[in-house]
Amino acid sequence: MDHKLELIVQSMQAEFGARVEEFRGETHIFVEAPRIVEALTALRDTHDFKLLSAMTAVDYWPQESPRFHVVYQLTSVTKNASIQARVAVGGEQPELPTASGVFASANWREREVFDMFGIRFAGHPDPRRILMPTDYEGHPLRKDHPLGYEEPQFTFNFDEIRLAKPSPKE
Amino acid sequence: MAQIEEANIETYKHLVSERALSGETMLLNMGPQHPSTHGVLRLLLELDGETIITCIPDIGYLHTGVEKNMEAKTYQKAEVMSDRLDYMNPIGNNLSYVMAVEKLVDLDVPPRAQALRVILTELQRLNSHLVWIGTASLDLAAQSMFLYSFREREDILDIFELVSGQRMMTTYFRPGGVWRDVPVEFEQAVRAFVHMLYKRVDEYEGLLTKNPLFIDRMAGIGKLSLADALSYGVTGPILRASGSDWDLRKKRPYMGYEQYDFSVPTHNAGDCYARFLVRVQEMREALKIIEQALNKLPLGPVHSNNRKFVPPPRAEIGVSMEALIHHFKLWTEGFPAPKASIYSAVESPRGELGVYLEGDGGPKPYRVHWRTPSFENLGALPLMTKGFLVADLIAIIGSLDIVLGDIDR
Repeated sequence: MDHKLELIVQSMQAEFGARVEEFRGETHIFVEAPRIVEALTALRDTHDFKLLSAMTAVDYWPQESPRFHVVYQLTSVTKNASIQARVAVGGEQPELPTASGVFASANWREREVFDMFGIRFAGHPDPRRILMPTDYEGHPLRKDHPLGYEEPQFTFNFDEIRLAKPSPKE
Repeated sequence: MAQIEEANIETYKHLVSERALSGETMLLNMGPQHPSTHGVLRLLLELDGETIITCIPDIGYLHTGVEKNMEAKTYQKAEVMSDRLDYMNPIGNNLSYVMAVEKLVDLDVPPRAQALRVILTELQRLNSHLVWIGTASLDLAAQSMFLYSFREREDILDIFELVSGQRMMTTYFRPGGVWRDVPVEFEQAVRAFVHMLYKRVDEYEGLLTKNPLFIDRMAGIGKLSLADALSYGVTGPILRASGSDWDLRKKRPYMGYEQYDFSVPTHNAGDCYARFLVRVQEMREALKIIEQALNKLPLGPVHSNNRKFVPPPRAEIGVSMEALIHHFKLWTEGFPAPKASIYSAVESPRGELGVYLEGDGGPKPYRVHWRTPSFENLGALPLMTKGFLVADLIAIIGSLDIVLGDIDR
């Protein structure tokens, strides 16, 4: 970790009690779910991380509880530094406060995380699905959601599959 | 069968103004099959006469579940999915993915492979910008530009075919290097192309840059301030046209970009015309990089010698038991990656193309997330179009240079 990032991490640790992990030169700080918006605001305003480069979630079901990690990858254009904020969230109805007031791009990113993982964002201005159809059931990137596949049609099962396929004549 | 959803005002009540509810303003559906939306993008517009009050993009028509699919494939096999995201930048997507894998497993790349990667990625950038300059000016009724730029693009695709056998979905970069060395004709073909394109870019500028009709349609349209651009996560030429010099090739050099002398074109206006000027200048800079990389192109191997991740050469398999074992293990099991996550980003023609890659100790990625630049760039469209005319919307979408495969993933 270089010096300027070290100071930022120290101040985040003091203020939010954040746990820090490092891997291949990347710094991840773990923040408690209720304080994530506060932490992101501090990173944006005090430490100049103005660009939310990426935001996504990871599902650790069934081996971990709480099952989700939501990942905020932040970039400082002026300091040329990167930091990753992570927050664990779980439960039957996983919910986080929305960061769309801090970063405008979080609006679409949170819609995507909701669409793919079913994590709700309290106070989100537009809580619709974004990529999947509106009537889709389930959240496809959860680990308990099946990938789904189409059985290949060979000679031995040709008729069986032909009958199951929707035909254009119907 | 999925039902086609009607533009129901109830669904969008929280997004449109109150005047739309009373019927004072009109809701107009544009797309998803509109020729100027550059793919299957649907826009719901709230119009007061011809002035746009609200623009609501509706995406997802091209969603193919790439991220979920990649979780079910080994690291090598998942790479072919990356070609299909941004179909105007398959080589850049390959680069982004293989760099993420190399970072996760800590794999080296020999200098010759790095230089080849730079040359091909920059050719891909030119390809993307050529398609953009053609289609964006076609939207503004400058039809001949489209024919010229696609003529040049054909030469780039021929070079890709020469090195990889494929014109578009090349999968030429592999973790630890490239698929195989380039043929002897490669250098001559690239040099001839670079020599030709320098003159052609001047010709394009002669056609467009000072054209009063073109300037009328572009200048002052779709303004985006630097603060808004950063807040909306906008990167690439659009951010640089708003006054920032943020370019990952310069700020966080990868693949040896630090040894090439090139500048990062910027502009302060933040409108469509500024984006045009930045991209045209970027084409010249890309040509400069290609020339330098060709001049410096080192000799040597094109993949890493780390046999745990890179298969041995064919000749070795016949004589070495160990090589045979490595080959067998790599193509049946794949290679394991540590239980950790990394984020790696490259500068694609559209902006920061990032990959969040997480391993779980096995041969398949536990989670892959693509941070695609078009997604964020399109997110700023409602802000950029507010108060402009429908005809300006066409110019703004053109200047964004979106690729729907990149957005929907």
